[in-house]
Amino acid sequence: MTTDDLTQIPSRPTGIARLFEAPQMGKMSPAGCVIVYSLLFIWTGFVLFPLYWIAITSVKLPIDVNSGPAYLPWIDFTPNLHAWRDLVVLEWAETLKPYRNSVIIAFFSTIACMFIGSMAAYALARIEYKPKFGTILMFVLLMAAASVSVGVWGVDWRLASASAAAIFVLLARALGRRFKRSVGNSDILFWMISQRILPPVVTVVPVYMMFQSVRLLDTQFAIILTYTVVNLPIVVWLMYDFFSGIPKDLEESAQLDGASQFTIFYEIVLPLARTGLAATTLLVMIFAWNEYIVALFLSTTKAQTMPILVAAMNAGEKGVLWWKMSVVIIIMIIPVVLMALVLQRFISRGVLLGAVKG
Amino acid sequence: MPAVIMILIFSIFPLIASLILSLSRVRLRAGGYDVRFVGLRNFEKQLFGSEQFHFLGTFTSISLLGWVFIIAMGALLIRWFSVYLRGPVVVIGLIGRIITASMILALSVLLAATLLSGNQFGTLGVTLFYVLVGSAIQFLIGLGLAIICAQPIWGRTFFRVVFFLPMMITPIGIGYAFRMMADTTKGPFSPVWQFFGLRDFAWAADAWTARSFIVIGDSWQWIPFIFVVLLAALENVPRDMIEAGHVDGANGWQIFKEITWPSIAPVAATVMLIRAIEAFKLVDLPNIMTAGGPGISTESMTLQAFFAWRAPDLAQSAAVSYLLLFIAVVLCVSFFNLVILKRRAAIA
Repeated sequence: MTTDDLTQIPSRPTGIARLFEAPQMGKMSPAGCVIVYSLLFIWTGFVLFPLYWIAITSVKLPIDVNSGPAYLPWIDFTPNLHAWRDLVVLEWAETLKPYRNSVIIAFFSTIACMFIGSMAAYALARIEYKPKFGTILMFVLLMAAASVSVGVWGVDWRLASASAAAIFVLLARALGRRFKRSVGNSDILFWMISQRILPPVVTVVPVYMMFQSVRLLDTQFAIILTYTVVNLPIVVWLMYDFFSGIPKDLEESAQLDGASQFTIFYEIVLPLARTGLAATTLLVMIFAWNEYIVALFLSTTKAQTMPILVAAMNAGEKGVLWWKMSVVIIIMIIPVVLMALVLQRFISRGVLLGAVKG
Repeated sequence: MPAVIMILIFSIFPLIASLILSLSRVRLRAGGYDVRFVGLRNFEKQLFGSEQFHFLGTFTSISLLGWVFIIAMGALLIRWFSVYLRGPVVVIGLIGRIITASMILALSVLLAATLLSGNQFGTLGVTLFYVLVGSAIQFLIGLGLAIICAQPIWGRTFFRVVFFLPMMITPIGIGYAFRMMADTTKGPFSPVWQFFGLRDFAWAADAWTARSFIVIGDSWQWIPFIFVVLLAALENVPRDMIEAGHVDGANGWQIFKEITWPSIAPVAATVMLIRAIEAFKLVDLPNIMTAGGPGISTESMTLQAFFAWRAPDLAQSAAVSYLLLFIAVVLCVSFFNLVILKRRAAIA
């Protein structure tokens, strides 16, 4: 392909970003058209119906919900805003607290995740790491020893981790050269994604104990930290793909001009990977916003998040308060949709090809 | 590099801590907990002891159908090995394949001894059902939708945004929404149930209908993810290659098989890996829709670990999770090495 070809191809977004791309011209046979559109509309119905049902349930009176199915407002039942009034006006303080917690937690954990994760992904995409197998094994064993001494023998955790770190540094200096086998970047990547295999129920018990011992339970900070770590593998995996797709020429020429590693990363690489950044941010934010189990374990009253409020509508002898729960679900969706609309503008702009030819 | 170390610290700590938990007996006391080392007894309880029915299922003798299935799987694996041994053999590759094969064989013996012999299977079987059947259905529908939406059709931005919506809802909300949907007396489809004379039909009382409802809810939530990623992959397929195929007179299926599929296969394999990993951890939907019932027939392993944690039996919870981790890692690593790396190599 010559440079002329490159300039003629319109720059296109990559990855999840392509969701919002403009249509292209083409033709289809009438029969195919009918089949395709009927399939599309069937699926649209399948996707939208539960949402529609949640929406109309939120304006039903309890009696309308419990007396059997009612489909159309004003025809089958009279819409009533009682559930909305309860949650948004009368109990606004109780709704606002988890809402604010959710916003803060999702915001900061997403930012921390993207910051650390994209740097790690960039490093993995550009630098060849060769950590020695033996060093890693030693590190893991020392961590294990530290945890055992804290958990079983009741050693103070600060003392244990500090001495483990000191021993590790000493041993790594002394023995580091002797290990032969090393692992590569793809091993690190796979190991990271494998971190997500462990069910949250398992990781959350030790994490609970950990935060208990440092007295950070029921704080926003604890949940932010946990979400950041839990979502990091996703960021690293997705951003690794995006960074690998960026041609190296740009960075090499910047390096010749005397730019430092960090300048290159912030001034050149990040703007180019904007598409990937936006898509990954959206995904991570959705995960943090909707997470339930970690929040359930780590919060009691002060740091409650929205998914817990949803589940709380099931409590009590009256059964599930469907109408209130629907309201909560709806006000939970709104910020995500707004976020998606905001990020879409960045997503739909592919800047890569333009940058290469300029 | 600091970032890598940070992940290392934060993800290894829970791993080690829960390994310790799974090897010990934990007793809560006022203001803390006692941890006593008991070796492999927790795992023994799950695999052979009083929790065996819960985790693996109930056993009687293996039926004829079960034996046929075991022998068929064994033959397939032997064939696979003989093909591999004819080519260049690497020690690590051989060990990896032996581990994969023994895991598959063990799981098929389990399947033969429980389901195919008319016995109930435990949480392990249920989890595998969610992972295999759920992922397969979601992949086919997601791929179909992505192919349709990759066509130049009118209003596709609209369809794309709508199809992405379910991703944005919290899984808890989806669980409750589908409990409303599936209600046979008050739900929106109750006239349909009544029309078929199923007014008193309780889907939650039958193991297989309950499981299928959970798979439907899970699919509603996860098809958008597969759809979006596959759509992006489909649009990366070079257009001139497809046009060249048209010029050469290939039909739609041939073009898909020879051009489109090979170039989206690596992404498809990766997205299936991510989806399978998440499916191993399915917990919200069965917890809300059926609470694992009827009996234990919709209880996934994660849910079993969750119930054990709530009991509170931290040690059993950690043991179940470690078993899940072991099975999931073996299956996922096999999939990664044997499918994804091969696809990537085929592209490069």
